[in-house]
Amino acid sequence: MAFLEVANLEAFYGPIQALHGISFSLEQGGITTILGANGAGKTTTLRSICGMVKTGGEISFDGESIAGKATEAIVRHGVAHVPEGRGTFVRVTTEENLKLGAFSRRDSKAVQQDMERVYGYFPRLKERRNQQAGTLSGGEQQMLAVGRALMLHPRLMLLDEPSFGLAPLIVQELFGILRTINKDEGVSMLLVEQNASLALELADHAYLLETGRVVMSGTADEISADESVRESYLGY
Amino acid sequence: MDLFLQQTLSGLATGAIYACIALSVVMIYQAIDHFNFAQGEMAMFSAFITWQLIDWGANYWVAFFVCIVVSFIGGMAIERIVFAPIHNAPILSHIVVFIALFQIFNATAGFIWEFTIKEFPSPFPDKMPLDIRMIGAHEVGIVGVTLIMLALIYLFFRFTPIGLAMRAAAAAPDSARLVGINVGWMLALGWGLAAAIGAVAGMMIAPIVFLEPNMMLGILLYGFAGAVVGGLTSPLGAVLGGFLMGVLENLAGTYIIGSELKLTFALVVIVTILIFKPSGLLGRVVVQRV
Repeated sequence: MAFLEVANLEAFYGPIQALHGISFSLEQGGITTILGANGAGKTTTLRSICGMVKTGGEISFDGESIAGKATEAIVRHGVAHVPEGRGTFVRVTTEENLKLGAFSRRDSKAVQQDMERVYGYFPRLKERRNQQAGTLSGGEQQMLAVGRALMLHPRLMLLDEPSFGLAPLIVQELFGILRTINKDEGVSMLLVEQNASLALELADHAYLLETGRVVMSGTADEISADESVRESYLGY
Repeated sequence: MDLFLQQTLSGLATGAIYACIALSVVMIYQAIDHFNFAQGEMAMFSAFITWQLIDWGANYWVAFFVCIVVSFIGGMAIERIVFAPIHNAPILSHIVVFIALFQIFNATAGFIWEFTIKEFPSPFPDKMPLDIRMIGAHEVGIVGVTLIMLALIYLFFRFTPIGLAMRAAAAAPDSARLVGINVGWMLALGWGLAAAIGAVAGMMIAPIVFLEPNMMLGILLYGFAGAVVGGLTSPLGAVLGGFLMGVLENLAGTYIIGSELKLTFALVVIVTILIFKPSGLLGRVVVQRV
């Protein structure tokens, strides 16, 4: 069984069904991306995995079923979600945001090391450690969101549009760091992106969603080479 | 000059009462982002519990600490039983429940203990040392207790992971869940702490105003005013605001408006502060780039 296995996942917002039985899987240490237009259900998929929407179907993580569990319980399995809109704790400092990321951990020495490691990846955050997090720029807040997720010492990261609203240079830097984290620390990643070419560059596998259904899947190379994907999502 | 000093000191003494209750108002505001209108009645009810224990023959300090524990558990229970089910309801529903709680505590206390006033013991000595007459020993005691609670709250929020998690859960519940914080229990904890602080306030206030179900009516208004003046997010601000309200009320009553309009004065202060400086004296201005 794969590291993350999603089978016949359905999701509902009140009476409205957003996902119509999607299935996909993710290998340990891999990066899988979910592509699709606005409203295809990408964000909902991530929110379903960490128990933030009402779902049907089966989700198993590392051999254990996590469907229907509370968000905070799923997080304790080592699933870190970098949410859409960054989810910064705006009223507390940068450093307190990072501390909150490690809230569920009890190994305070290792937490301290992880803090230094995050500052190593994002020196800007160290400069701003005592600043109220709401005053950070968009790019810094995105770094903070990734840093906060790393503080969980996750085994799986769910990344929701990490490139959103960032300048191209910062996007390059951020994706470089994500690659490093994946390679050096073996953190598996499930990436949702509007920017398909960027996502396919980083990922090894890809799934294409349309209105709540998987319409295509394969390795990143196969998907990039597909004629219709190129026309609709890559634009060349 | 003597009158001025006298009125200022006695203002500080009443201010300590307001500071005490303002502290519990701020505490609950930190945890749930709302005012709890039933805060005063909960404090009154806690004071009655202590009175009952003492009446049954318990030692003051035993009753004092038992009351704090019972209030803490009671506060958590209120959140879990009454507020957890309506967690996603609009704010108006919450306000209606606050008002209902107010009535329930008030009427229940009256039903159990009747509406006649009762004497409530003070843990402090009767007379001040050195024959000081300007301010009573109990008043000085309240100031001390308020400052101790303030220090404990500050240390709790500033230095403990749970304190930080509580602030995070109140401000951004979704993000808090995503880092593994059980938001429901954080809210319950906030209610418990606010109820415990309120219990101390009630036990400090009862010896002065005498114990009866309506004892908190006026005081809560001043407590709210103190909390608003100080800034709803700052415990230190609440305490300063409480003292300030006490002194201003007394001086205004003596020199300007007379005692009939004192309560109106509190409302005027609330409205004025909300118009001209909504974040209060020490409240944190939330800056957010978008």
